[in-house]
Amino acid sequence: MSRLAVVVFVLICAAFALSWAVRAGVTGGDHALREAFLVTLSAFMTLAIMSFMYRDNPYYKFAEHLFVGISAAYWMCVGFWSTIVGNLVPRISENLSEFFKVPYSGGGLDFDLFFLPYRYFYMIPIVLGILLLMRLVPKAGWLSRWPLAFIVGTFAGLNLIRYLQSDFVNQISATFVPLFVEWHGFGDFIGQLSLAADGQFVAMMTNLIIFLGVLCGLIYFFFSKEHTGWFGGASRLGIWILMITFGASFGYTVMGRISLLVGRLTFLFRDWLGIMS
Amino acid sequence: MRHKLKLVLVLVLCAWTTAAAQTDTVLIDPVSAAPVLPPPLPVTNLQAQDTDNDHGHAITLTWEKSADDGAGRNSVLAYEIFRWFPFQMDVVDALRKSVSETRDAVRAFRIDLPRAEHALRELREDPGKLRTLRFNVARPDDSTFQLTADYAIRALEDTIAFIREHGPILKNRIKPLQQDLEKALAELPQAYADYPRDGEWRSLGKALVGSTSYTNTGAKESTDKDFIPDYTDLYYRVEAITVDESIRSEAVTVGPVQSRGQWFHAGRVPVLGFVLMFFVFTLTFVQMAKKGANLYVRPLSGIEAVDDAIGRATEMGRPILYLLGLGDATQVSTIASFSVLGRVAKRVAEYQTSIIVPCYDPVVMAVAQEVVKSSYLDAGRSDDYKQESVFFVTNYQFAYVAAVNGIMLRERPATNIYMGKFMAESLLLAETGTLAGSIQIAGTDEIAQIPFFIVACDYTLIGEELYAASAYLGREPVLLGSLKAQDWAKVVIMAVALIGMLGTALGWPAFAQLLQVTG
Repeated sequence: MSRLAVVVFVLICAAFALSWAVRAGVTGGDHALREAFLVTLSAFMTLAIMSFMYRDNPYYKFAEHLFVGISAAYWMCVGFWSTIVGNLVPRISENLSEFFKVPYSGGGLDFDLFFLPYRYFYMIPIVLGILLLMRLVPKAGWLSRWPLAFIVGTFAGLNLIRYLQSDFVNQISATFVPLFVEWHGFGDFIGQLSLAADGQFVAMMTNLIIFLGVLCGLIYFFFSKEHTGWFGGASRLGIWILMITFGASFGYTVMGRISLLVGRLTFLFRDWLGIMS
Repeated sequence: MRHKLKLVLVLVLCAWTTAAAQTDTVLIDPVSAAPVLPPPLPVTNLQAQDTDNDHGHAITLTWEKSADDGAGRNSVLAYEIFRWFPFQMDVVDALRKSVSETRDAVRAFRIDLPRAEHALRELREDPGKLRTLRFNVARPDDSTFQLTADYAIRALEDTIAFIREHGPILKNRIKPLQQDLEKALAELPQAYADYPRDGEWRSLGKALVGSTSYTNTGAKESTDKDFIPDYTDLYYRVEAITVDESIRSEAVTVGPVQSRGQWFHAGRVPVLGFVLMFFVFTLTFVQMAKKGANLYVRPLSGIEAVDDAIGRATEMGRPILYLLGLGDATQVSTIASFSVLGRVAKRVAEYQTSIIVPCYDPVVMAVAQEVVKSSYLDAGRSDDYKQESVFFVTNYQFAYVAAVNGIMLRERPATNIYMGKFMAESLLLAETGTLAGSIQIAGTDEIAQIPFFIVACDYTLIGEELYAASAYLGREPVLLGSLKAQDWAKVVIMAVALIGMLGTALGWPAFAQLLQVTG
């Protein structure tokens, strides 16, 4: 470790201690020390993550590993207590429910399926889960492919129907729009031409863009034919429509990200430094 | 003669008064002398039938409006719906409540006992801890009462003794209660069949004025208080009510009717039609591909760049970073990404370079390990496969980003490939990859994230191009066949959209109705 690194480390430790002491003094109350520590730690962790903008450094690495370690452990605990203890145990065993102090919801009141009490079917996920863990045993590792195949296959089948309904049939129905809205002849159209958002012209243009956008977008995603000639022209129009949509989406999302940054800066300047009301 | 005339006059007067009373719309309350509404006319043609396209446990009632609903006296405010309940339902409800309350009490005892014991120990050791006692001691209902340590100790001892005495008794009561409940539930169908004996009409709710239907949807679990048993005779009654709910029409009764689940959802026939269409297209094209037909797929620049990028990594002696995104193994984009990963891993094995696959989801990691391993096997380099090259990072979005960004700057991969489902982390990852000087190829079907990949990556596969990529790379008959099937499905979509648009323009809604999916 270079001398500069040691000096920087000492300075950061000193700044942390100073910040902790000052915040504790400002906060006051029974738990001032603890609260001041948490605010200071949050602020220093934020700065450590932000230091990545300069370059990779030990403080970023520390924050990164802390973040990854805590989150991995946290989600493991959440998974165990909410899925296994919260959902599975109460459905399969009264003794286990008692052991984990969760209310037992089985007890033979569930309906029967194929002449077996319904709760016995929860044994299937238990067995699949155990098979998945077989990856840890080198000789029995192949058994883990069965639950994987079950998960991927089942959800591929389920998603086929779901997507076909929501992204396919319903989307097609949404393109059934009249290109001529409230049409009473060309003269009437010209006479009442207006760019008002609820006007006839805008409604017609909207429907035209929906219809052409869908057709040209589909042509762009048509892979069985080379995109040349009129087909290529329609494909180019399709990608233009897509790009305009992406541009609008980009701007919209960036605005959302700015609000996240504002939130973090507000924490630093108001909650930590106290220089913003 | 005069008497006869008087008699006729009296009779005529009586007849007129009676007729007037019959046709008058307003009656007079003899007590308050206020006008009283006459009862509205009842609904007609009341019918009850099992609700279509559901899993059972629901009945739909339909009727024709009362003549006084929106017409006639216009006095109907709503329709009140009743169902006949056997008294056996009360027995079931009471037992259900007993089981639930006994369980709650046992659970509360189980939690309270160690807490009370702990509080008692603390108080005995140090009575000064009364101030911070973490147990709600039972106190007399007296505002002047001052809690002392001695009182709290006595109260805690009583509480502990009570729990120890009654806890086991209550616990032992649960099973017999459950058995009683099961027995009562088993007797329920017979109780319903005994209509109209041993039961009564109970209100289910009201349907607003103008309504002509009502669906009574119940729970399917017998333990639920709103449980409606399937294959059981049910009876319903509808009454039209006025502003004054005591004034209501004559009740119209319907029944028996039984609820049952359907195996076939008639409202989703269009979906079935498209599934069959896909099925036929896919089978046809897969067969064609297997027979060696030349199925053309237009070049995709993003995919063609993959091989170049792997070659670059080999020349530079740096690894390839492959990210499957945040999707779980059930997402379509993740499944497509597995195919691309297989192809990339095979090339990596052939070129003897290395690949890093940090995963967000443990199941995805397991599948990715299998995919990479089999690719190394296919390439004949199974010895080069390192299981630790595909690893789990964390299940928390931004912690995952922090870790992957760190990998990018430390390992300096020559190529970053992002294929799958990405969310807010897309730009964070792609920006860091750019800073690290990597070639970047991305593909996702998340519309909101595609713009970020377009601005920060060298090549981007937009939406369905990701799905096509696996077929294009693999050239396997099954994948090529499904890609061709998708293309022909698009032709069908275009044709259907065109016909639908023309139908709408020409005022012919039948075609649009054909494609309507319900439920």
